[in-house]
Parts: sequence; C-alpha cells; structure tokens
Amino acid sequence: MVVELGHYALILALLLAAAQAFFGLAGAALGRERWLAAAPSAAGGQFVFLALASAVLVNAFVQDDFSVRYVAENSNAALPLFYRVTAFWGAHEGSLLLWIVVLGGWTMAVVARLRYLPAAFGARVIGVLGLISFGFLLFTLCTSDPFARLLPAVPDGNDLNPVLQDFAFAVHPPILYTGYVGFAVSFAFACAAMIEGRRDQLWARWMRPWTVIAWAFLAWGIALGSWWAYYELGWGGFWFWDPVENASFMPWLVGTALIHSIAVTERRGLFKSWTLLLAVAAFSLSLLGTFLVRSGVLVSVHSFAADPRRGVFILVFLIIMIGGALGLYAWRAPGMRSPAGFEILSREAFLLFNNLLLVISAAVVFGGTMAPLIADTLGLGTLSVGPPYFNPSFLVPILPLLSLLALGIHARWRRGALRESRRPLLLTLGLSLVLAMALALGVYAHPMPLTPIGATLGCWIILSSLYDPLDRLRRGLRVPAPLLGMSVAHIGVGLFVLGITFVKSNSIELDVALKSGQSAQLGAYSFRYEGVENIEGPNYDGVRGSVSVSRGGRLVTVLRPEKRRYWVQGTVQTTAAIAPALSRDLLAALGEDVGDGAYSLRLQYRPLIRFIWLGALIMAIGGVIAVIGRRQRASALSGATQAMGLPAGAAAQSPGSRS
Amino acid sequence: MNRFLLPLGGFALLLVVLIVGLRHASEKGVIVSPLLGKPVPSFVLPGLLDAASPLDSKELRGHWSLVNVWGTWCPECRAEHATLLQIQQQGRVPIIGIDWKDDDEEAKSWLAALGNPYQHIGADREGRVAIDWGVYAAPESFLVNPAGTVVYKQIGAMTPQVWEREILPRLQ
Repeated sequence: MVVELGHYALILALLLAAAQAFFGLAGAALGRERWLAAAPSAAGGQFVFLALASAVLVNAFVQDDFSVRYVAENSNAALPLFYRVTAFWGAHEGSLLLWIVVLGGWTMAVVARLRYLPAAFGARVIGVLGLISFGFLLFTLCTSDPFARLLPAVPDGNDLNPVLQDFAFAVHPPILYTGYVGFAVSFAFACAAMIEGRRDQLWARWMRPWTVIAWAFLAWGIALGSWWAYYELGWGGFWFWDPVENASFMPWLVGTALIHSIAVTERRGLFKSWTLLLAVAAFSLSLLGTFLVRSGVLVSVHSFAADPRRGVFILVFLIIMIGGALGLYAWRAPGMRSPAGFEILSREAFLLFNNLLLVISAAVVFGGTMAPLIADTLGLGTLSVGPPYFNPSFLVPILPLLSLLALGIHARWRRGALRESRRPLLLTLGLSLVLAMALALGVYAHPMPLTPIGATLGCWIILSSLYDPLDRLRRGLRVPAPLLGMSVAHIGVGLFVLGITFVKSNSIELDVALKSGQSAQLGAYSFRYEGVENIEGPNYDGVRGSVSVSRGGRLVTVLRPEKRRYWVQGTVQTTAAIAPALSRDLLAALGEDVGDGAYSLRLQYRPLIRFIWLGALIMAIGGVIAVIGRRQRASALSGATQAMGLPAGAAAQSPGSRS
Repeated sequence: MNRFLLPLGGFALLLVVLIVGLRHASEKGVIVSPLLGKPVPSFVLPGLLDAASPLDSKELRGHWSLVNVWGTWCPECRAEHATLLQIQQQGRVPIIGIDWKDDDEEAKSWLAALGNPYQHIGADREGRVAIDWGVYAAPESFLVNPAGTVVYKQIGAMTPQVWEREILPRLQ
C-alpha cells in the first residue's frame, strides 16, 4: 500500500508541475498577479510530493520490498544498508526520479531567491522549470515507473550491479545531476529573457551565479565519475571517451564557454545573443545526453537498460523544449544587438576566442559521439570512434585555448594594450619555461614531444593566475572575491594540464604473470608478489593478493588487490589496490590464476594522476568562491541602493560598464 | 537568410540523425552485435555432460543452430528454460549451449532438475569464449546459419514471441 502512495505522489507532482508551468507562463503573459503568486506555491507543492515519492522508494529498498520490480532488480537482502539506499539511483527508473528531485531542488532554490527578480520575469523562470519537470514526470510515469509491482513477489532480489557497490558511485550521480540539471536554471533564465525580448543585460547578472554553481557541480561530478572508473573498473584508465562520459562532458565544455561569455555580457553588454544561445545549448546537450544514454541508439559500457520506446518519448520532448527555445532565439535574438565594441587583444577579444575554441572542442566531442549515428544515417555501416580519434582531435582546439588563457589573464577590458602587461607576461612565461624544462627533463625523464608543451602551458597558467592576486597583495590591496575565484579556478586548470601531461607521457604499465616471491620492476619501483589468501564479505567471496612495493630497497607500501565473486549475480569483480600519493599512484590489479601457483597481475605507476581530479576540484572551488564573494558584495550594494531609493538593478551595473 | 535561424536548422539536421538512429535501434534489437553477418568465432570447449566430447565450433556448420549462453547463477536463464524446452520439442533447430562461468556440478543438477534442451553443451568456465562472442550478460542467444554465419542475436531471455517473430521467419 505504501508503494502505491509513492505512485500517487508522482501523479500529484505531475499535476502540480503542469499548474506551475501554466500559472508561471500564462500569469506573466496576461499580467495576472494572483497567477504569478500561484506558480511558486505549485512548485513548493510539487517538491513536497517528489520528496514523498523518494522517501517511499528509499523505504521500499530499506525494507527489502521485493514485490517492487525496481527493488527486486537492483537490491538484495544481503546488500549492506548503505548500498540499499544508494541503489535508488542504480538503474534507469530511480535515476530518472533523482533527476526530477534534483530539478525540484534547484526550483526551490530559485523560489527562495525570487524576491531579487522582477515578478513577471521570476514567474516565467519558474514556469519554464515547471514545463521541464512536467515532461520528465510524464516520461517517468508513462515509460519508467519505479513503483511498478512485481507480482508474485520474488523471495530475494537480483542485487545491485557490483561495480556500483562503491562509495564514489553512491555520491557521483547526485552531484553530477546537480550540475547537469542546474543548466536547466540557466536555460529557464535565457527563455524568460527571450520571451520578454529584454534589451538590457540584467538577465545575465541574474543568470550568472546559477550557471557558475551548476558548472562547478558538473566539474566535480565528472571528476568523481572519472575517479570511480579509475579505481573501480580496475584498468587504471581515467577517461574512456565513452558516450555516457561525453554526454556529461559536452554540457560542461559549453557551460565553461557560457560562464565566460556571461561575464562579458554582464559587464560590457556584449555577446548577448551568443550567451543566450550557449545557455540554451548547455541544457540541450544535457537533454541530448539523456536521450543518447537511455534510448539505446548508442551503445556504451555503462548505459542503462535501453528501450527505443523511451527514445521516442524523449525525442518528442527534445523537439518541444530545444526546438521551442531555438525558435524563440531566432525570433528575439536579432533585437539584441550590442552597441559597444572592443579592440583586438582586449579581454573581450580573448574571451571571444575562448568561447570559439571551447565550442569547437565541444563540437569535436559531439562529432565523435555522434559518428556511429551519422554513419548509420548516411548508410556507411557501423562505425565507432574511440581514443585514437578523440585524443588528438581534442588537442587541436585545446592547446591554443590554453595558450590564450595564459595570455588573456593579463589582458584588460576594452583596451587592447598587451604592451602594458609585457612585464608580467615575459616574467611568467620565462619562469614557466624553466620550470617545465626542469620537470620534463629532470624530474620526469624520457619526455614525449608534447610533454614540454604541456608542462610549459600548465606552469604558465598557474603562474599567470598567481600574478595578479600576488601583485595586489604586494601593493597592499585587497584581492576581490571574483578575482580570487577566477585565479583559483585557473590554477585548477593548470594543475589539471600538468596532471594529464605527465600521466600521459610518464606512466608505466606492465602485465605479468608472477609466482609468489617473484618481482617485477617498474621504473624505480620494485613490485614483489607475495601470494593470495581467501576472503569473504557480506555478499561476496574471493581472493586477496598481496604485492609489496619497494624503492631502492626500502618498503614503500603493500598493495592488496582483490578479486570478488558476488553471489547473487555471479559476476566477478576486480578491485584494484592503489597506493595514492600526490606525486604518483602505484596500482596493482589481480588477473587470472594461470596455474602453477602463478597469478597474472597488472601493475602500474602513474605520476601526478591526482592532479587531474584535484585540478577539477579546484576549478569548482574557484567558481564557488566567485559566486559567494559576489553575492556578499551585491547584497551590500543592494542595501545601499534601497537606502537611496534606487531600483535594485541600477546599483548592480559595474563601474566599468558603458552600455 | 537570417543567421539566427541557423541553430534551429542545425537542430533539425540533428533530429534527422536521431530519428534514423532510433528507428534502427528498434529494428535491430537494442544492442547491435558486431558479430552479425560474420562467421562464428572458432573455439573448442570441454563438454559439460561428457568430458570426452568437446564442443567444437565446426559443429555449427552445415545446418542451422541456435547458440544459447546461459548459467545457473542467472535468474533470467531459469525464466527462459521452459521456452528452450519447447523449441527443442519442435525440433526445428538444435540448441547448442555455452555454460558461462559456471560450476559444472551445479549445472548438471540444474539440467537434471529442469530438463535438458541442449544438443551439446560446452563449459566456458573462465568466460573466454563468451568474450569472443561479445556476450554482455546472460542469457544471450545467437542464430547461426548453415554457412556458420551469425544472422540474429537475442539479448535477454528467449520468449515464444521472439521465437515466432525473429527466429522462425529466418529459418524458412
């Protein structure tokens, strides 16, 4: 009975989402104040019922209610409680519900800050969010009901997929979705601005913090997914250019372009229509990713149980939402021309190039992801592209992007006078060349051709980002939060570049069969295989190997890779043992018993691999610093304006703005 | 031509690709096997029921056969077992079993309890042969023509509907 309650709660949420969309959009169009006020209330009601539905599903998992098909397929009585809760988003139906709940959470956050927006604009934003929520709830109820019964009930469930029984997986989807779905808020702001045909750029100011926070969550979510793949799949790889990964990476690239373009629009009133287009594109790519992953048109190692009927539904939804938004764009964007101009080599020009290169890199990923489908459409047969296409093609736009980043940090708004910045430019470039050579030739010998370039770019970006804040501190000035946030985020980029560079050029991998007592040498490290023992966990048994690693005769660590056999699904899961350190990871994974007391082992040494995830995390932190710092300044400013009796928007114009 | 219409045009093109992809996905079955239209991978597996009679991929030539990948640890395999027995009774096509990552004794007692629809069973204890066949998850079934070419792949349980709609028409 309780389970049916969850089903009803979803139906009520669907009706309230419809009400939210109607009152928000129609109320603003017809100027009915009561309707405007009803939209946020409907959103609140919708969220209550979404929360109720989620609670019911969690309860079904915790209580082992195997009369619910979704629970029976993804849980088991022997599954530890923690994973019984996270099994919620272990497959298609529940993760879709999670998507909607996260959207509800974002909507509530917008509602909480509605007083800072004009009533009609805010109602339109809420209305568009309601429309998105309505579409997804209808999708869930029609094709993917998580509360469907399985009668007669089975005595025990099929267990959660063993690769998902892991901490990083438990937190990865909620964080990733918070980023993914957060672009819905940017999308809703862009749609509201286009519906109103606003000629000012205030919408960019309102939209910016939401976009940056969504972007930061997405960066963090992608990094967590990559980290999970790295240690859980047991191959030591951290990025596979898999369609599912690309589905989250493309919105992130476009989102990165967007947060830079919004900055120009907000400050200088330029790139207005471009910013709107990016806001529409970022969310459209999120939706497209959902379509690709769940419709079965693309095959991926971690796609959901695919169903073409679901594909048809999402396709119709894509046509309505994306087609509608792009139609709105074709209608309204021509009226949004910008009066101001800028010189070449000004900061605006650099940000324009940044945008072009980021969009090109997203297009490269898009082309590779869609290649199988495009080939199919043109009748060229089955075709799939992998790292041999992605790795070199992606570098083509990314290397100039990174160089322009290091240069552009020194550029000033409006004026194209890099001459003024000659000193910091040459100083940082010279220093990073020295550092890069020391790294690429000294610390990590045997470089590849791209190693010195990557190392120089990484160092240069970090030093350039440090220059401005340090210079201000030296002159006794405060470092404003937006500058601090930007610098931190760019330092993250630099660390990321260094990480990728040295992981790619200096990793050592070895697959060997060793008998106990035998050793293998990887660079300076000696891996000695000691033997295996039997182990038993709550829902699996298996073997655990023991590999001691020493360097120069001194023991560094003992790695204990495992190979588990999960009882219910019978799958064998390799759990790599990793000794992490900031400077390098040592990894051992257990292969097959090759007989005669020997095991096949996969051994790896990966320098600076932590910098990849650390870099992403620091980028995200930079975004958060910029938003929080700005908000504090903005609230101080808006307090002052209210005292002077000015409208809130007037004080929000930044001093440098001319338009 | 208004340049602000370009994004809409691009989206329309993308839709064409997506619609074609979706139609193909529903026509072909969800996951396309790279093996379709290709000769079966060659292998020799120890026989499950009779260690003296190994299962050789050469047996898949000269007549139609239905290769079924299963295991006692797989609940869906239990669900499809009745259908396989019916297919065997019809006698239209012999069923060749690949017992995937399984315990031999458990597999034998499963067949003793539920009945044996297979003409011949190979024991793929380490799952190496299943990798060559591109098996994602059990059960999967492959229809192989007399030339030894895979012509159809069924992912998930064999059902009477699949048998009537996908397998039988191909045998005509």
